[in-house]
Amino acid sequence: MKAKSLCGLAVFAVALAALMASRADADELRIGFLMPVTGPLAQIATDSINGFKMYLDDHKGEFHGATVKFIVEDTQAKPATAVLKAEKLIKQDQVQMLVGGVLASTGYALAPVSTREKVIYIASIPASDNLTQRDADKYPYFARTSWSSSQPSHPFGEWACANGIKKVVTIAADYAFGYEVVGGFQRTFEECGGQIVQKMWPPINLADYAPYISTIKPDADSVFILPVGAGALTLPRQLQVAGIIPKMHLIGSGTSFDEFVLPQLGDEVIGAVSPLHYSAALETPANEAFVKEYRTKFGKVPSYFSESNYTTALMFDAVMSQTGGKWPGSKELLDLLVKIEVDAPRGPVSFDDLRNPIQNIYIRKVEKKKIFGYANDELWNTVIKTYPNVSQFWKFDRAESLKQPPYTRDYPPCKYCE
Amino acid sequence: MDAKFWLLQVFNGISYGALLFLLGSGLSLIFGVMRIVNLAHGSYFLLGSYVGLTVIWTTGSWLLAIPVAALAIAVVGLLVERVFLRAVGSDPLRQVLLTFGFALLFQQAALDIWGGNNLEINPPAMLTRSVVVAGLHLPVYRIFMLALASAIGLALWLGLDRTRAGATVRATVDDAQMARGVGIDTSRVSMLIFALGALLAGLGGVIGGAFLGVYPGLDFDILPLAFAVVIIGGMGSLGGAAIGAVVVGLVDNFGKVLFPQISYFTLYAPLVLLLAAKPTGLFGRE
Amino acid sequence: MLTALALLLAVAVVTPHTTPFLLLLVTRILILAILAMSLDLLLGFTGIASLGHAAFLGLGAYLTAILAVRYEFGLSWDFGLVILFGSLLGAATAAVFGLFALRASGVYFLMITLALSQCVWGLAYRWDALTGGDNGLNLPGRPVLGPIQLGNDAAYFYVVFAFFAVSLLALYVLVESPFGKSLVGIREHEVRMRILGYNTWLHKYIAFIISGAFGGLAGVLWAQVSGQVSPDNVTLTTSVDALLMVVLGGPGTLLGGVLGAGIVLFLREYLSTLVPWWQYVLGGMYVLTIFYLPDGVLGTLRQRRKAAGAPAVGLAPRPVRSEELRINEGGIE
Repeated sequence: MKAKSLCGLAVFAVALAALMASRADADELRIGFLMPVTGPLAQIATDSINGFKMYLDDHKGEFHGATVKFIVEDTQAKPATAVLKAEKLIKQDQVQMLVGGVLASTGYALAPVSTREKVIYIASIPASDNLTQRDADKYPYFARTSWSSSQPSHPFGEWACANGIKKVVTIAADYAFGYEVVGGFQRTFEECGGQIVQKMWPPINLADYAPYISTIKPDADSVFILPVGAGALTLPRQLQVAGIIPKMHLIGSGTSFDEFVLPQLGDEVIGAVSPLHYSAALETPANEAFVKEYRTKFGKVPSYFSESNYTTALMFDAVMSQTGGKWPGSKELLDLLVKIEVDAPRGPVSFDDLRNPIQNIYIRKVEKKKIFGYANDELWNTVIKTYPNVSQFWKFDRAESLKQPPYTRDYPPCKYCE
Repeated sequence: MDAKFWLLQVFNGISYGALLFLLGSGLSLIFGVMRIVNLAHGSYFLLGSYVGLTVIWTTGSWLLAIPVAALAIAVVGLLVERVFLRAVGSDPLRQVLLTFGFALLFQQAALDIWGGNNLEINPPAMLTRSVVVAGLHLPVYRIFMLALASAIGLALWLGLDRTRAGATVRATVDDAQMARGVGIDTSRVSMLIFALGALLAGLGGVIGGAFLGVYPGLDFDILPLAFAVVIIGGMGSLGGAAIGAVVVGLVDNFGKVLFPQISYFTLYAPLVLLLAAKPTGLFGRE
Repeated sequence: MLTALALLLAVAVVTPHTTPFLLLLVTRILILAILAMSLDLLLGFTGIASLGHAAFLGLGAYLTAILAVRYEFGLSWDFGLVILFGSLLGAATAAVFGLFALRASGVYFLMITLALSQCVWGLAYRWDALTGGDNGLNLPGRPVLGPIQLGNDAAYFYVVFAFFAVSLLALYVLVESPFGKSLVGIREHEVRMRILGYNTWLHKYIAFIISGAFGGLAGVLWAQVSGQVSPDNVTLTTSVDALLMVVLGGPGTLLGGVLGAGIVLFLREYLSTLVPWWQYVLGGMYVLTIFYLPDGVLGTLRQRRKAAGAPAVGLAPRPVRSEELRINEGGIE
């Protein structure tokens, strides 16, 4: 029994090893794509994969001569699993770069892997400010093609001042993304004379906001919302039923009204204003073509998840066009990446030297209308103002900014809350 | 913070509790009769929401969605009980694992069938307004939930207390062996109670779907609340479930208003203390 | 017994020479095996089922991360101290939890351990100044022990294997001792044990503390294997997975935990790289295990061998039969 089982084990091990080994082909570009394919974020994963693949399919699976091998691995939205899959992709499938992640926690888990293994990690969605700010020097192989959380909030604060918003109550999910989006808004809004009179931080995935809504200060003129998960649909409706909107202005993070949730929202969000680096209703030829193609292929209007991953593919293609389709090496690719300027569906994008995009920030307003030749009235994020060339530091002095504490629950402090 | 404010909080807490009652009463009955820890109870709630949505999409009728979804989930519960749970017996560990396995299967199936988007059930317009009562803005839907849960609670209580069938159930809860001794078919009672529990959860799902939204992950989000209701109210006690639901609704609501910083604890810490002091819950019996 | 040891030795020798992914996977399996074995002590030997075991894993992991990130401690030979502290933290927490939880039994014990581990989760999530909140904490890299870089996956594998072997040995000695035998007695018939004069509560309490200690140990190793910790480590799913590992492998066999960990992790992490419907397999596994393998794989094997008259396999000499695996029902302390 002993010899037999040892033998059996050996055979098993060899078979398994043979099954799992893969030979690396020198002419191809191997990209590991990490997404939460199963679990509650599965739809985001689908949108992201579709965005990236659409670009690939449009270009016959090649980036200027380099055949792209696109390997998707399921992170199950767990950071530990993301790390394991990333290491599998790097050590076994020998990918030359990792793309993806959705949650900030995944981004934070994967960034050190990129440093350790000296493999590029491109975060196409995770938006945590510090990945390209205070922590940027820890992650020299990390770049971001999407946005940083507070990036759209900074111009939005100015816009709010200039458009009659004076006293704001914020209801934002209690996690880092919420802190950063609200913090950025508060900073610029209060600098130009606005007042945040109340800050509330309900738990993530909360659906019943009644306790919070009932304590909204009646002298505010606007409510800034950032719900996550289930709350994305229920919070606006509960605000309406409680009579808070449309009496008060409804504003919020770009993610609150993004095309990912917009089709499921109702008329209660008409007139809601939010900032983001993308809107599917952006009326440029590039975006119109993108939206129409995406909608025809996948049956839904692309969200910023789809656009972000599509543009990431577009950016790689732009880089590979400079190397003639040859893999230049990790550091070299990153150096090339941060120097490019592309015309994406979201508009012109370039990079700052901390490897975060510099791009347009759009102030959008939810309207019910027909656009791009579609037959029905639907909810769209009409662009009402564009702030060009916005970096993650807005107009602030970078050194000053980095010295300040990161945006948290209590920073900036709520001066006007009693 | 005047009296109106506190009244509103009480109303919010109790109406939330109404939904939790639908969810928790089923779980409590199931435990009382069958001693089963049903980790798939949240899944029944979620499936009820999804089935309700499908009914609304195909027939356009929200009113129809309610009984159809409730019955559909009752059937699912029945099948699970008949085919699987029956064979497992009274070992809580095996029940935990079995029902958790089903929770995983249901979760993946729901994702595959209905996709991963956040969805919402839209009740008829007249229920989405709010009325002003004594200067308070009260959402009509919450009043509806309160009324429905009360009606169902009353029906259940009357059924248990006044009918012969109810007496049979109570006998089984109190002492299954004795009940068998007097000729009660306890396995049939178990099956029906499990189906009833699933029905209540599914019903809760359709009603709750307008209130909480419908999304993958709702099953595991709502499960601890269901257990909180049953733990506080005691397993097997309908009255306990009602009280437990109201308590959880109020504690949750007031906790968020008064101590927003520790909203994750305002529910679990008291639970631990309560269970430590009285392991069978406030009104539970052994 | 010898077969089992030979197999384990083979694993130790062969694994680093297989694929990198397999090495990573087996390392994780061994760490979770320690967690599973600690739970087996409670479940398989004492008859107590806990739904909150992930709390110990999480506490050990967070301690490691916090020491490494905020105090730069544990990055060299002081990693040994971190292991010690992690185990002590697990034990101390179990000592506190046990005071509450052991007042109940059966399904109430399940509930209270669930609530306790949810409290730990809430703490990990909320206290973001300490724990990093939902972002979690990234460790600055595995310890460097003189010339040995634990950042090398094979090196870390050997360290993990060593701790696994030590844990297995320690637990084996424990279950073979008179104390271990009394635990089995409590599992079988607690009232009888009490009549015989045993302080059953104290026995259960000590078992709980010991299992907490090993859980904390597993947590320390776990933090370093993926280089990060997050509240994710303390969820209900992790606790239930741990239960499944024990039940699937065979409660009361200790080694069953290893097998169970292997199967569950294989499904979650390996099968998921191949197909998107792996969760059906995992769910199905839960269901089928209860039906067809109520004694787990090793337990069933043992039954067969016993029936065939062969000497017992595995470590605990007394096989566990399904009717005997009765969880103490009801009863208020």
